[in-house]
Amino acid sequence: MTNDTKMQEHVIEIENLVTGFGDILIHDHLDLAVRRGEVIGVVGGSGTGKSVLLKTIISLIKPRSGSIRIFGQNALSLNEIEQRQLDRRLGVLFQDGALFSSMTVAQNIMAPLREHLEISDALASEIAAMKITMSGLPLDAAIKYPSELSGGMRKRAGLARALAMDPEIVFLDEPTAGLDPIGAAKFDELILSLQETLGLTVFMVTHDLDSLNRITDRIAVLADKKVSAIGPIEDVRQDSHPWIQEYFSGPRGRAATVSTSQLSEAGTGRA
Amino acid sequence: MGDSDFRAGNRETMTEAAFTATEKNDAWHLAVTGAWTLETGLARIDQQLRQFADSAMGRNLEINLSGLENLDTAGAMALQRTMRACSMREEIADQPLYGFSDVNERHAPLLQEACNHLLPCEVEVDTGNPFLMLLERLGRGVESVAIDTIDILKFVWEVVSGIARIVRHPSRLRLAATVHHMEESGLNATMIVGLMSFLIGAVVAFMGIRILSQFGAEILTVEMIGITVLREFGVLLTAILIAGRSGSAFTAALGSMKLREEIDAMKAMGIDPMEALVIPRTLAMVIMMPALALIAAMLGLIGGALVALSAAEISLNLFFSRMQDVILLQNFFVGLIKAPFFAFFISIIGCYQGMCVEGSAEDLGRRTTMSVVQSLFVVIFLDALFAILFLELGV
Repeated sequence: MTNDTKMQEHVIEIENLVTGFGDILIHDHLDLAVRRGEVIGVVGGSGTGKSVLLKTIISLIKPRSGSIRIFGQNALSLNEIEQRQLDRRLGVLFQDGALFSSMTVAQNIMAPLREHLEISDALASEIAAMKITMSGLPLDAAIKYPSELSGGMRKRAGLARALAMDPEIVFLDEPTAGLDPIGAAKFDELILSLQETLGLTVFMVTHDLDSLNRITDRIAVLADKKVSAIGPIEDVRQDSHPWIQEYFSGPRGRAATVSTSQLSEAGTGRA
Repeated sequence: MGDSDFRAGNRETMTEAAFTATEKNDAWHLAVTGAWTLETGLARIDQQLRQFADSAMGRNLEINLSGLENLDTAGAMALQRTMRACSMREEIADQPLYGFSDVNERHAPLLQEACNHLLPCEVEVDTGNPFLMLLERLGRGVESVAIDTIDILKFVWEVVSGIARIVRHPSRLRLAATVHHMEESGLNATMIVGLMSFLIGAVVAFMGIRILSQFGAEILTVEMIGITVLREFGVLLTAILIAGRSGSAFTAALGSMKLREEIDAMKAMGIDPMEALVIPRTLAMVIMMPALALIAAMLGLIGGALVALSAAEISLNLFFSRMQDVILLQNFFVGLIKAPFFAFFISIIGCYQGMCVEGSAEDLGRRTTMSVVQSLFVVIFLDALFAILFLELGV
């Protein structure tokens, strides 16, 4: 984490991105660069296009104009094979896990492995078991169907599936939304520890101030159809943009800051 | 390779995963080379690695990682699995790097982490003895038919009593919703119902003319078309089409509302889903189905008449005057009277199946299929009952 050259390399570079649906413009010449190995949190009010940005990067939504480079490749002009190869290097956790409901958790995790590789069942199931326990699920969750899991467990299973192919960048869409505070804190820890062990780059869309404080290296604020501020959370907090001021100095913003600074004093925090 | 290559590496230049095993002084020595990742052929050497682990079971093993170029979680897992399989000793359980030599510091965390997650895993639910399973499925099938029948009858009772409540308090009728569904499942279906009946009338006329002309009795085609279209086909085909079109739509709509807890939200607000969702749909269907059946009958006759005109030169005048003379009007009413009954049961089954959806999108699909199959069955079953009834009544 301390290596400077590593922090400077950009794995995602977005320039002049314009997206919109019909008459509504969502991003207007938006620029954003994500460094290798960092945890970047994307925040913004409802409807500012956080999830749209995430989906545009993983090429589920086609932008009107602009460029997106992932690992230096132009992500908007890939042929089918290049797209597949790129998809293998990205993992996505959708909001409610988006697990395939007709498969057990283990089969869900094995699905991308089987799709992309010629792999024996024995090895695939060992890898599935490993990802399941790495995501903090009990092993007996392997044979459960998504409908039998709680919301928090579905998220963990979704994360396990996102990690199945050992991706380099993991996209998380509101990973802690809908979890109780204890579950959310555990999920934060999980993301952090996986990020450290696996050397992941994490692109996280979130509203959760606690997890922003706790695990992000930098945050990017979406407002006025652009990234209006980006940097470590302490710097962004000083920004004079009215939305940012309201966000961080509202009652929730202050409470989150207090609890995290207490954590830091106790020597376990990171922010 | 700098630290920045830790994960990305340069994938094109990575060499394939490989290992060489040598035996010296009662211990195995495993030299690992290449990139041990899924991308670079780990899956291909996995089988050999397992064979090696089986043959070296219980022996001392040293794994040299000096030739290791890259490692992913699967590679780390495979290495640890081999190591643990060979040196199954309690005292090394808390030493994740025991037995590995020349470990690069960038591979160490993964190897340590992998050690904690070496567990076999079941993938599929154990299904058990196939013969017993067959019996079990049969039993469950019979049970579910019985339970379904009782539940549908209960549902019918709830709908009927709901309608009775509305008759006593007409203000509780959701007029806007009812009219909306009349448009959705009635008005919007007129084109397809009309076209289908027109074609069916034409087909029946063709077949009739071909056979009856052998006896010089083409004119009897009029009776044939009149009776089949008015009495059976008009209403039956309309019902079948509506079961596929609107019955399934009811199940899908109510089912996805159930999945998104909208139905629970309604109940919590004190809104009766029966009154708000099921009764408007059912009333709309009961009102619109006879209208659709009427359109179907008319267009079926027109289709038949046009074919009679072109293929057997029976003029439209002759066709319709003979129709008036020989076809009793009661044929038409016998057909039409069935329409509201069909409509009622299609709607009931569609809504019932929708309300039964639980858990997942998978179940929604299953219930939608069941709704169409059951309503088609009930429509044809009712049609047979009506046929017997009218036979006994002599109409």
